[in-house]
Parts: sequence; C-alpha cells; structure tokens
Amino acid sequence: MSAHSHKEIDFQIMWNRLIAVVGEQAQVLIRTAFSPIVRECEDISAGIFDLKGRMIAQAVTGTPGHVNSMAESVGHFLRHFPISTMKEGDAYITNDPWMGTGHLNDFVITTPAFHKGRLVGLFSCTSHLMDIGGLGNGPEATDVFMEGLSIPMLKLIDQGQVNETLMAMIRANTRLPVDTEGDTYSLAACNDVGVRALCDMMDEFRLDTLDPLADFIIERSRQAVLDKIAALPQGTWSHEMTIDGYNAPLTLKAKLTVSEGRVSVSYDGSPPTVGRGINVPMAYTRAYTVFGLACAISPDVPNNAGSLAPYHVEAPADSVLNAPRPAPVSSRHVIGQMLPDMVFGCLRTPLPDRVPAEGTSCLWNIAVRGQWFPKGSDTSQTYALAITTNGGTGARPGLNGLSATAFPSGVHGTPIEIAEIQCPLIFWEKELRENSGGLGQTKGGDGQIMRIGTTQKQPFELLAAFDRVDHPARGALGGQDGAAGRVETASGRKLAGKGLQVLKPDEVLVLMTPGGGGLGEV
Amino acid sequence: MVDSTQIRLAADIGGTFTDVVLQTPQGRLTRKVLTTPSAPEQGVMDGIGLVIQDAGLQFPDVTVFVHGTTLATNAIIERRGARTALIGTQGFRDILEIGTESRFNQYDLMLQKPSPLVPRDLRFTVPERMDARGTVQLPLDEQAVQALVPQLRDACVESIAIAFLHAYANPAHEQRVRALLQEALPDVTISISSEVCPEIREYERTSTTVANAYVQPLMAGYLGRLREALNAKGFQGALYLVTSGGGLTALETARQFPVRLVESGPAGGAIFAAQCAERLGENRVLSFDMGGTTAKVCLIEDGEPASSRFFEVDRTARFMKGSGLPLRIPVIEMVEIGAGGGSIAHLDAMKRVVVGPESASSVPGPACYGLGGKRPAVTDADVMLGLIRPENFAGGSIQLQPDRSAEALLTDIGTPLGLSAEMSAHAVYEIVCENMASAARVHAAERGAVIGEHTMIAFGGAAPLHAARVAEKLGIQRLVIPSNAGVGSAVGFLAAPVSFELVRSFPMRLDDSFSSEEVSALLDDMTQAAHGLVQDDARTETLHTRRSAFMRYVGQGHEIIVTLPEGAISSDHLSALRAAFEAEYARQFARVIPHAAVEILNWSVSVSTTPQKYPPFKAAPALHDAKSGDIRKLFDGATGTHVDLPVYERTDMGPGSRISGPALIAEKETTTYVSSRYNAHLDGSGNIILDMKDAV
Repeated sequence: MSAHSHKEIDFQIMWNRLIAVVGEQAQVLIRTAFSPIVRECEDISAGIFDLKGRMIAQAVTGTPGHVNSMAESVGHFLRHFPISTMKEGDAYITNDPWMGTGHLNDFVITTPAFHKGRLVGLFSCTSHLMDIGGLGNGPEATDVFMEGLSIPMLKLIDQGQVNETLMAMIRANTRLPVDTEGDTYSLAACNDVGVRALCDMMDEFRLDTLDPLADFIIERSRQAVLDKIAALPQGTWSHEMTIDGYNAPLTLKAKLTVSEGRVSVSYDGSPPTVGRGINVPMAYTRAYTVFGLACAISPDVPNNAGSLAPYHVEAPADSVLNAPRPAPVSSRHVIGQMLPDMVFGCLRTPLPDRVPAEGTSCLWNIAVRGQWFPKGSDTSQTYALAITTNGGTGARPGLNGLSATAFPSGVHGTPIEIAEIQCPLIFWEKELRENSGGLGQTKGGDGQIMRIGTTQKQPFELLAAFDRVDHPARGALGGQDGAAGRVETASGRKLAGKGLQVLKPDEVLVLMTPGGGGLGEV
Repeated sequence: MVDSTQIRLAADIGGTFTDVVLQTPQGRLTRKVLTTPSAPEQGVMDGIGLVIQDAGLQFPDVTVFVHGTTLATNAIIERRGARTALIGTQGFRDILEIGTESRFNQYDLMLQKPSPLVPRDLRFTVPERMDARGTVQLPLDEQAVQALVPQLRDACVESIAIAFLHAYANPAHEQRVRALLQEALPDVTISISSEVCPEIREYERTSTTVANAYVQPLMAGYLGRLREALNAKGFQGALYLVTSGGGLTALETARQFPVRLVESGPAGGAIFAAQCAERLGENRVLSFDMGGTTAKVCLIEDGEPASSRFFEVDRTARFMKGSGLPLRIPVIEMVEIGAGGGSIAHLDAMKRVVVGPESASSVPGPACYGLGGKRPAVTDADVMLGLIRPENFAGGSIQLQPDRSAEALLTDIGTPLGLSAEMSAHAVYEIVCENMASAARVHAAERGAVIGEHTMIAFGGAAPLHAARVAEKLGIQRLVIPSNAGVGSAVGFLAAPVSFELVRSFPMRLDDSFSSEEVSALLDDMTQAAHGLVQDDARTETLHTRRSAFMRYVGQGHEIIVTLPEGAISSDHLSALRAAFEAEYARQFARVIPHAAVEILNWSVSVSTTPQKYPPFKAAPALHDAKSGDIRKLFDGATGTHVDLPVYERTDMGPGSRISGPALIAEKETTTYVSSRYNAHLDGSGNIILDMKDAV
C-alpha cells in the first residue's frame, strides 16, 4: 500500500509540475512573439510529448485548432526524424498544412528534450505568422502553391547551429521578413525554455525517464473521459447546418454516436472540396470537433493523448472537411470553427441543458494589406495585418450568449490602438451591435459594428474571410436567429464575404459581425 | 537611518482586523482591533488611541502617520463605488464591455465575465479623434460636450471618467472636455486617461481610468473624514497613504489617483520582507506570505520588490488570469494563489488531489474546528500529520478535534484513492506545498531569476508550518521567519519611501530617427511633474530620480525595462541601450534576435525619498543546543511511519538557541515546522533562521 501511495502522490505532483512547465513555455512564446496575432491575441499553442509522440501536457492557453492538430503533428515529425537520429540542440520545423496545423501561416517547431545526455521527450509549439508570401492569408488561392512558402519537414537547428539557408529562404519569401524570422526564433526559444524547466523537474524528482509518468497521465485522463461518456445516454443523433461557403452555400452534415467507451462523429454526406482556400485538412476538422465534444462532455479533463483517445472523427475523403493536397486551405478556420456548432446540434437532443445555440463561431479577422509611409519615413513600406474581431456567441441554457467574444477560438481581440500604430487604417467605430443577438428565453450575444477608413492616399486591400453573412446563426429550441453579418462600404457598395477586394482611399469599410442565436421560446 | 526623535504610526485596514503599529525611540508597539466597515476611520482612530495610550503618548506627539487600506479594492469588488459616467470617442461606447473579446477559460461553456463598472446607459461619446501619432483627425465637437451636461446632471452622476483613443499621444481633447465639464458640474470628480494611465491599449487604459473615477468620491470622503478626526485630536504630523507600488503618497495625490491605493495591504507585506532582507543583508529574497485563504510570493532583489504595471481586480473565477478588471498601475508584482490554512481539498475527475481556491474561511472553518465543516482543509492535514498541537491552536482559543480531520480526509480523499487518513493528509500537504512552490517558480521564471539562490522570508499565519517544505522544493538554502510577522504589512508601511512613478507611451526607435530633443523634453516634463507630486510632501528630504525605458524589438508586444543613464539621452547612448536590452532579453528568453530593430515604447520616471533605514539585525551569539520540551508524533509521508518530533517553546529559546530538524517551534500565535533538511536557530533579534543541513 505504501509504495502505491507514494507513486500516486508523486505522479500527481509531477503532473501538476508538467502543466506548469508547458505554461512557462507558452508564456515565453507570447512575450517574445512579433506577430501581433500572437502577442496581442495569443494565437499559439505549446505542449510536451513522450517519445511515442503522445501529448502528455498542453499549455492552458492558445486555440483549439492548434492544440489538437499539433498533437497529431508530432507523429509526423517522428516519422521524418526518427528518435535514433535526434541530437541535443536540434529543432525541426514545418508549415505543411497536412502535417502541421492546417495552413501555411502556422509554423510548428519540435525540439527533442535531452536530460543528462538522454532523449526523454519532445517539446512542440506553433504560432500564427502574419505573412508567408503567396497571395496572403485569405481564401483567394486556387491551390496550396499559391498560398505561400511551403516548408517541408526540415531541420531548423542542427545541434545548436541555425540553418541559415532555410532562414534566408524564409526571409526571402515573406512581405514581413524581420517579423517572420523573429517569430521563428521565438518559437525555438520557447521550446528551449521548456527543456530547461523539464530538466529541473527531472533533477528534483530524480527521474531518468518520463514514461511511467506519461502512462499515468494518459491512463488517468482516458479513464476520466470514459467515466463521463458512460454517464451519457447512448444513441445516434444527426445535425445539418448551411453556411455561406466561398461563392455558393455549403451544407455540412454530421452524425454523432455515443456508444460503449467512445463518441464518434462522422461528417458523411458533407460537400466536396471547393476551389478556394476555405477547405479544411482532416487534422483541423478533428481538432475543432474534439474541442466541441470536450466542452460539452469533459470540460474539466486536461487535454492529452489519453483524454483525446475516446473521441473519433471521420470525414469523407476529398470532402471540404477532409481536403487533400494540393487543395487551397489558407482560411480553413472559417469552416473549421463551425464544427463545435455541429457537435452541439447533434447533442441538443440528448443533452439540451449543456449546449448553446449556434454562434458567430468563425473569427472575423480583418486581414488587410497595402503600402504606407510610417511616421518619419519617406519610403513606402508594406503593411499586412489581421485585426481579430468577433461576433456574438450562442445563447446558453440559463445564460445569455456572450457579446463580441471569440468561441470556439481562444484568441483575444486586437486593441485598436495597437492596430492603428502599425498601419494607416483608422477605425471610426467599433461598438456593440445592439439587438443583433437572437431573442429567446436566453438571448444570443450581440455582434459589433465597425467602420474603417485610411488616413493616407493609397488604397488598401481586404482579404475577406467572413461567414454567417447569408446564413445567420440559428436559434434553437424555439429561440430566434441572430442577425446576419454584413460586409459593405459606407456609401452602400456591397462587398463579398470572401475574397480579395480593394478599397479606395476615400471609401469606408463597414463590417457588422453576426449575433448569436437565441435559445428557447420567448 | 531612522530619525530617532520621530514617532511614526502605521495602520493597515484589512477585511477583519485593523493593525496599528507605533514606532517610538523606545521601541515598537502593536495593536489589532476589529475593522469597522461602515466607517473605517473609527476602527483606525480606536486602534491609534489604544496604541498611543499604551506608549503613554498623545496625538500631537506623533510626527508621521502612514496608512494603507483595502477600501478601494473592496469598493470595486462589492460595486459600492460612485455613480460613474464614461465619456469616450464617438464610435467607441463599448470599449469596457468588449474588453479583450476572449474567454478566460477555454472549455467552460457557462463562463461569466465581470460586469463593467459603468453600465451602457452611463457610457457617452463625443465626436473627436486623434490618430496613433497624436494628430487631430477630427476636431473636438464642444457643443456635443455641452449637450451632455444636462444628461449627466439628470443621471445624478457623481464621478466622470474621460478616455479618448490615443489620448496618451495627445491629451488636448481630454483636457478640454474636463475643463468644460468641470465648469458646468463643479461637484463632480473627473478622471482623464492621459493623466491616470497615459499608455497605449485602449481597454486597459479605459478600465484603469474608470476604476479611478469609480472610487474617487468614496476615497476622498474617507480621507477627508480621517484627516478631520486626526485634526480634532490634535495630530499635526504628516499623513501618507500607501500605494500598490509600495511607495507613500500624500493625501492630495491619493485623492487624485485613488486607483493607485488598490492592493496596498499586500504591498506592505512585501515592503516588510524587503526591510527584513536589508536588515539581514540578503540581496536575493523570496517573500512568502501564507494566510487563511491565499498565499502570495514576491521576489525581492537588492532590497527592492519586483514591480509590474498590470494588475487585475475582482477576478470572477478566483485567481484565474483574465477573469478580472485590468488595471495598469505601478504595483508590486506578486503571484497570489488560493492556498491557505482554510483551503479545501477535494478530488477532481482524474482523482487528483486539488487544494483550493475554495476556502472554509472562519465559518464553518476546517473540519477540526468542530463548527460544522465537513470538508478537509489544509489545517486538517496539518493536524493529522501532527504539525499542530490541538490543545494550543490560536493560543488555545479553539479546541481542535483531530478525529474530525481524519474523518473528513478519509471521506473526501482517502477512501476513493485507497489511502489512509495520514497518507491523505500527506497528499494534501504535499500538493499545497507544490502549488506554492510552483507559483514561486513561475514568478521567478517570468523575472528570469534562479529561485534556488534566494533566501525565503516567511510570514502570515500559515507560513511557518509550510515554509520549510516549500523551500526544500525550491532548493532554498536559508529561510527566515521574522518576529512581528503577524502585523508585517503595517510594519512594512513604516519603512516605505514617499514616491511617485509616471509612465508615458512615446515610441522611439534606436536608429537614425531617434530624437534626442523630443526624448529630453519628454523626460524633463515627466521629471518635473513627478517631483511636483512628491516634493511638497517629502518636506526637506533628498529626492532620488530614476528613469527607465520599456524596450522591445520592433514588432513585439511585450517590453523589457532598462534603466536609463543620468543626464540627456543622446544618440551616443543608443548602442549601450541596445546592449543593455539584449543582455536582459537573453537572460529572460534564452536567445536574442539578430537583424531586428529595437524600440522604446514607454518611458518611466520615478521620484522618491530615501526609504527608512533600520539597523541590521543582531547576529546570534555563540550557538548552543536548545532545551526540548514535549515529544510529538509526526507522520512522515516519505517512510509512511510516525517519527518523534521534539517541540520547543519559542519563549524558552534565547538568542543563539539551536535545534536540528525535524522539530516544531511553538509560540502563542503560530508554530514553525523545521523539516529534517534544516537546522534552526534564533538570531540576536529574535528571528528564526533555518539553514539547510549540508548536502549528503
């Protein structure tokens, strides 16, 4: 009994410590990042993996799309860089959408952790870089090659030596060379800090391997999720939702089955890939689906290989939710972030008290680009930034939806003053859009109204990737729909919800983000 | 050195008790009285009356009175502040409500955000607009301002916050609106963002300005009444308020910027530790303050507590980052977690032992109080392990019931995990110590400090029982439990300097565009303003000015603070500034970034008097073995057996008394646990010093 007791208590303490270690890793990434969407909005994730590639702890920050797809990504790194070839001081990189987190703008860096000369685990992290060349971070491209620089699985750092050839390639293929290189360094640095903290922990607990601890964490978490699943009614439920798509609506279909020890979601019947970059690679589809399941079923179980294991997701090959290479995928978040609503739609029948009505769900990132003359400079410079904004979330059982709040994404909005210091745009308005949340027993959250112009004489480009413009967030259980989003100019020129559009210097862009759906009859 | 003729008085209003400390040439006297929430000045005056009487003195004898209070914090948490209006830039009525657009808990579908201090119907806007460079893009519409006057009057507004976009870059519009409104509404207090918090990022700046306006009438009223009450008793000395940054400020400045008084109590604790650090001659210190519901840790390097410019008040999910209202003010940076004697332990979905943040408080209290508490608290674990003598708890005022601790521990922890009551207690003790060690580790990591090189100074009711284990986990060689630890905050107040820190956003790159003239003008202006706020009150004391720059690589969002040299900053200094920045950057983040440009975002000027100096603590005379009293049984989790634990009475121990852990040092209010890894002795000033035994 005593040996059992000690192991139990020690493992619990080390588990806590490991979560603190990845928390530190994530903080370093946020504090040192250049990309505003990372440093102001925390669009990142960070985690530690065992030598089998199983995620054992993840920082309690970041975004679900990153987190769960990064969990898969490490398996791909291990295929390309077998354990036996890893050296102390190495770091590996990719931005391959099918081996990373779903689009080229996310760099994933994996670093082997050595303790006293022995490989004991892997740190991985990912963040969203502002520009990676190509057509830019919008859905315009018709294949992935047009979306920018593709970095296959490569060694970024070889036993402490930075791969200068690769760095030069990266710098040469982005509109923002300094920021992009800086962000690459900050990704590598945060893993280094993770390794340092892990070594301290292993010294303190006199460990020479993480394996028993990893088994304990994974088994405990898996069992916790299984217990939650066992408490659910068994059965199969389905849900459909029509969204705007690129230039024609798409009807997503899901079927969710709760059975002994597993929950599976199938997107059978969902439409085929489309010609523009809103397609979703499978890892990203899985990431947001599992996130929706975790919110509804096991919100208090930490994310790791064990807690993810009982959840299964499939989507038909070549569908928009399982897009193959070389489909364009740059704005995969637009559809990906709708998937928790699909999960909630399925679960509304068995669990009406746990799930919200549909919300805005996809981020309303205002991706803009152009030339300007910053203060004190007489040469024109390129700016390219994404200003993160949100609509309302769906009404919740017993609670109204949240106004102007990201869900399911975990990012923060961009401060207007920070956006304006980096580009010539000026926001004339950013306010709550009153009464845009759907009515019901509980109301959907309100969206926002924004009016954006420029202070200079150059036009600017909008890389639109907005949804719920033609198809609003629907109310549920008798609640009313939220207001649809709107994209236009102040003079009434209607703009497309998706695609590259140019605004003249005297035009003012008007964006109204959608309201969330209401819940229950008024 | 302390002016030996001075009679200094300090008072700290806490939630339950008001602590009063009187420092006279003859020594230090302390008093604890109950806080009187409806009229807090009453409790203060009562406490002062008592302690002055104890000393055989009169009010006119007191030269300085230093005062700290949680009134501002409580007013915000309990939403008891003034009826406040917010005036913003047209088109930006909802900055407070839109906030960061994020959820502080990723997986919680039911989370609730804190409600803003100003509801929508009291949020107004006027046409005006500055751009990021401080250029007027839309002139202020003065008629629109005038048109607000009747609305503000009808709404019975008591206080107004004005926060315009980019006002940190050009305050002209805010100043003009204040002038117009002050004339029309002379009884209303007005706060403007360019004075309260002239820093970029509209949400934090607005939130800080609104909080200032919200507590202003209340604090002004309280401070006015206190001053009157003191005057009526014949007090003629100087009155200072303690700020969250650990400095003192005069009444008038406190009235103008009351938001800076939030969190002054914990700041006092950190100053207390800093003062002890100096008297001990320790340069690197970790202060560890553990009470009934929370534990706070703070790093103190070279006698100075770590400082920060960000703080969250009223976190809706206790201690969860992002769930509170952000304040951008100078604060002593500390990490606070829900770990105290009353913190409740339970199992989570993974059957992991979780301690806190929920607390048993004083009612019903831990299970062993026998007052109806059924759930195991940290104190129950301490009792079960044998660390607390049930018959002597809190000076014998509560008779503890160990069998109730055992029952609660078994029911909630032991039975589901297959552990004995003792082993469950061990788990709770270990987890709570790990949580605190972890908080210290994170805090150190954020500051780039090596924790094991620090000396721990532990105070607060529950600290002495847990400090040794936390210190072991952190690899700390020496820890000190000072005397007077119970009223540490108030004692700390006595040592604080009069000071004021100003910070302004003014981006400037370290390249050819660096304008020495603009920077000099800015720094001179700020220095003058800060001097103005300190000078009158500092009387004849010498003032110290410290200037620093908040630097980062161009494009980054977080800054590193670098101290500026004295005199004008010219382009000759740029390479030295870059080198200083990169040295600090590499220390914190492992790698510097080649090719990247460096900029200064914010400039800071801090003006202060010299902190009160106290003589060093007396070293212990020749060490001699202390006389042990009773023997208690301690459950040793590592071996799973009970071991003998000698108990020493602190009152029986003289300077130089030495003991070898494991042992307990008992006194009236608290008990110190000396773990087997440490030796302990009393120094010449009555502090308990624990030194790690030589590594085996």
